[in-house]
This record gives sequence, C-alpha cells and structure tokens, in this order.
Amino acid sequence: MFARLNLRTEVLQSYAFVARNFNLIKRYWGWELVWLAYSTATSLAVVFIGEGSALITGAEDIDTSYFVLYLLLGTLVWGFLSGLFNDISEMIQWERWEGTIEYTLMAPVHRFTQIIGQAGFAVLHSLLFTMTIGVAMIIFFSLDLSDANLFGALLVLLAGSLSLVSLGVMASILPLLYTERGTQMTHIVQAFLLLISGVYYPIEVLPSVLQTLARVSPVYYVLNGIRSAVLEGTPTSELWGYIVPLLIIGVVGMPLGVWVFRQAELYAKRHGKLKRVG
Amino acid sequence: MKAAIDRNQDALNVRNVTKRFKVSKPPFWTRWRAQKGATGNGSTASGGRGGDAGMQGVVAIGGVSLDVHRGEIYGILGPNGSGKSTLVRMLSTLLIPDEGQVLVFGLDVVRHEMEVKRVINRVSVDAAFFKKLSPLENLLYGARLYGMTGGEARRKSIDILGRLGLEARSYTQPMDEMSRGMQQKVAIARAFLTQPILLLLDEPTTGLDPRSKYEVQEFVNELRDCHDATILITTHDMGEADRLCDRIAILDEGRIVAEDTPAGLKRLIRRNGHEPTLEDVFMQLTGKKLSGAEEFDPEPVEVAN
Repeated sequence: MFARLNLRTEVLQSYAFVARNFNLIKRYWGWELVWLAYSTATSLAVVFIGEGSALITGAEDIDTSYFVLYLLLGTLVWGFLSGLFNDISEMIQWERWEGTIEYTLMAPVHRFTQIIGQAGFAVLHSLLFTMTIGVAMIIFFSLDLSDANLFGALLVLLAGSLSLVSLGVMASILPLLYTERGTQMTHIVQAFLLLISGVYYPIEVLPSVLQTLARVSPVYYVLNGIRSAVLEGTPTSELWGYIVPLLIIGVVGMPLGVWVFRQAELYAKRHGKLKRVG
Repeated sequence: MKAAIDRNQDALNVRNVTKRFKVSKPPFWTRWRAQKGATGNGSTASGGRGGDAGMQGVVAIGGVSLDVHRGEIYGILGPNGSGKSTLVRMLSTLLIPDEGQVLVFGLDVVRHEMEVKRVINRVSVDAAFFKKLSPLENLLYGARLYGMTGGEARRKSIDILGRLGLEARSYTQPMDEMSRGMQQKVAIARAFLTQPILLLLDEPTTGLDPRSKYEVQEFVNELRDCHDATILITTHDMGEADRLCDRIAILDEGRIVAEDTPAGLKRLIRRNGHEPTLEDVFMQLTGKKLSGAEEFDPEPVEVAN
C-alpha cells in the first residue's frame, strides 16, 4: 500500500485534490454562503437554548453563561467534525455527481495519497468555516474566553481530525458500493455519532449501551478535551488523556480506512460499480 | 522488483477476456406476478443475452482476444450494447476481467495497475469534467494527478488548448458554458497532456459537428505520428474508422466477429454491383440490415474468432 512512494509526486498529487476542491468552492461560492448562513442559524438556535435555560426550567441558579459556552462548543466542534466527515465521505459521491469518478480512479494515484489530499482540504475547509461561525458567535454572545486554553483546544481538535478522517474514509465506501443510496447511508453514520458522542449533553444521560459506544467514538474525546480546555482552562499537559485515545484511533484507523477503501474499490471494479451512472 | 513497461512489446494483448455482470432480481412480488401471468397465458418474460440473466448474469464480453501493435490506430466497431465500452473499461483498469488477461506493453493491467495507469489515458464519449471549473482548472487537476507541477501543467495546457483552436478567453470560463465539441476537445487535450503511449478513445467524436470531428481526427493522427502513441478507438462513424484505423475489429454481442484492415474487411463481403463500404460490412457482420438495403443481398461469411 505504501510501497514505492515518490514523495515529490505524492505531494503534487495530494495537492491536486486540495487545489481542485478549493477551485470548486470558488465556483460554487453561492452554496458556501447558503451553507454558512444555515449553519450559523442552527448554531444560534442551539446556543439560545442555553440563554433560555432559566426561563425554560424556572430555576434561577443556572450558570447561563457556562451553559451557553457548553452548547456553543458542542455546536462548533460538531460543525467542524461533521464538515470534515462530509468532505471526506463525499469524495466519491461528488465525483459521481460530476461524472469524473472513472477519470480520477484511473489516474496513477495511490488511494493513500488521494485521501491525504482530500483530508488536507477537509481540515482547512472545515476549520475556516467553523472559525467564521465561531467568531460571529463570540461577538454575538459577548463571551469571555480569557481563561480558556485555546492552544490546547486546537491540539485536541487536530488530533480528533485524524481519527474523523479515518471514519470518513470508511464511510466513503458506501457511495462507492451503493451508487444511489450511499450518501444517505453516510448520513446515518453521522447521525449516530451525533447521538452517542455527547455533543449537546453529557453521555451519562444515555442508556448504558450507548454510553459504552460513546467511549469508542472519537467525537466524545474531542468534545470532552475541548470543553475541558476552554471551560475549565485545563493546561495542555493535562489534555493527553483526550489526545492519546484520539491519536490511537487515528493511527489505527487511517491504514485500516485506506485498506477498507481499497477492498471496496476492487469490489466495485469487479462488479462494474464505478460507472458514471449507477 | 519493480515492473517496467517494455516498449518493444505489443501495446496491447487481450487474451480470452470475459466479463459478466450480475443483473439484480426484481422484487419477489414482481416475479410472483409475472409467474402468475405466465401460467395464465403461457408466455414468459425473456432475459437479455446470456440466457437467464437474473440468475447467471449478462455476458458483456465473451472470450475476446486481440493484439494491438505499437504505433497502430486500432478501431473497434460494434452496435450499441455490443461491449465496446466494457472492453475499454477493462483496458483502462476500471473493470477487472472475470477471465483472461490484458497486457499493456507486457504488463498485466490487474497485477501492475499503477505502472499501466502511468502510460495510458482515456477519452470517453461523455466528456467527464468538473463542469463548473474552467478548462484550465480541469487540465491543471488532471496534470497534477500525473505528477506534473502547476507551472509546467499550465504552460502545456495553454499550448495544447491553443493548438486545438480554443480561444484564450474560454480557458477560464466554466466548462458547462462550452459546446459539447469544445468540451470534447478539452478532453482530448487532457489526455494528450499526460503524454500517454496508449490512448483509449471511446467514441470521442460522437455528437460533434463535421469540423470538430475533423479536428479531433487530425489530433489523433498527430498523436500517433509525432508522439509515438498507440491508439485504440471505438466509434459508430464508419467513415472515421475507415480513414483513421490501420486495423479494425467488429464486436457484436460481446464477441469479435471479424478483424482485419478496412480494405480486408470490405473484401470479406460479396460485391454485388457496387464497392462495399465499411457500413455494409458492419451491417452484414452484426446481422442487421438497413430498411431499403435489400438490393445489397449479402452472403453469410466465415469470420475469425
């Protein structure tokens, strides 16, 4: 799988995917604006639940600003990770839609190289997108982040990105194998991650089976790590409890994801599933 | 040990290649209803070629063998659904044969996929592009996939697009604002950019006006003559095949029914008062006649393979 990699060529080939995807974003800028407006509105809607918590429950001793920040981190981190997951898992669906899948897959590019390029774009794209929403939110809610360990939070986020990329790669085989319904199937994976990972609530409220599953979800460690760094100001040296599991999932998951993808590609080539239309 | 392309070998050897596709069974209630209807009126729904398609699959390519020599322009003619595109997909590593072997300059396309990919390229009937991207953006993407730097790719792209007659202002406009002929020229440019030594052209001129067709055909000739490329082309345009190809295979229902030079193929069918055209050959060998062509009265012929 990693044999005979010529570093210069691999870098150029990886960059092909980054440049192509940013060119596509430039051309589809209207979609980006619509999606940005939608994401900002849904994030605001979630965060306003925190603002209204005292009114909803009738309790007066709720730390509203803590709750607002708790929900804000949930929605931003989820926005980042789900964006990342989408950008990776849609790498096949997008090509099917444009009709370029056969062209890309017959180019002399290792799948690992393609995934690195797609992942590089996905991290940059999701980071820019989430930061735009995040800055708007911080201004909107006048949040005080003076005690937050933002560097530590960023480290956790980057470690989490690696593991989410591997999950995205595995999910991307669904559109490869199921030409018509594959994308919808990736949405199910995403929805399940949202349910179990404690994005808007502590996982302790979940049934015990789901709590067990939450502990193998990388999203759970990303959220807890970032909440710890931002809400509690935990120093970076104490964030390894979150970073290490994420790195392990990523380091194991990436080669596994590439291998699974390669098997799916071979299956698709045996059964004629790369064809542009179904 | 790293496998290497051997330019002294044939550009392409296809050895007894077969490809079947499974056909999904219809839902049980549809089958039940059809069965019930059949019991009532004594008729059954017929499968596609390959007999009981629902159970055994459709034979898209059945035991095809052919050799394409280096520097040849080799044509494949055949009616719609005869298996031309399936064969081209197998040659271009996009489909794995069920049986048989495909060698490109001595390398097996399945075992040495990456080495083969480096020396081939393909232009398909539908110009597959990112439609909102410009020709230049699409070409840069394609060139980078083959390991070219941005600067080199940009310089070569502009050169090729210019030679294909595209106006400079169209280099940066979205592909979906271009005519099909222009898009197809960009597809040819993209394939040419990577300097393939085996170029697979799957109906590259379908839907093009006569001038665009001529320009594409000129380009194909230039590729062979000036760049030592071997070309395999599928087409429905008999005149094009006659003009371009050194040898032609006629494919029907997944099997090669004849293979020869254009002149050799014409000799295969009886002359009956007029010089046969490649279209006459095609009609006879694929077992189909145009209405009003009775005066031609072809004889059955013994064919290869």
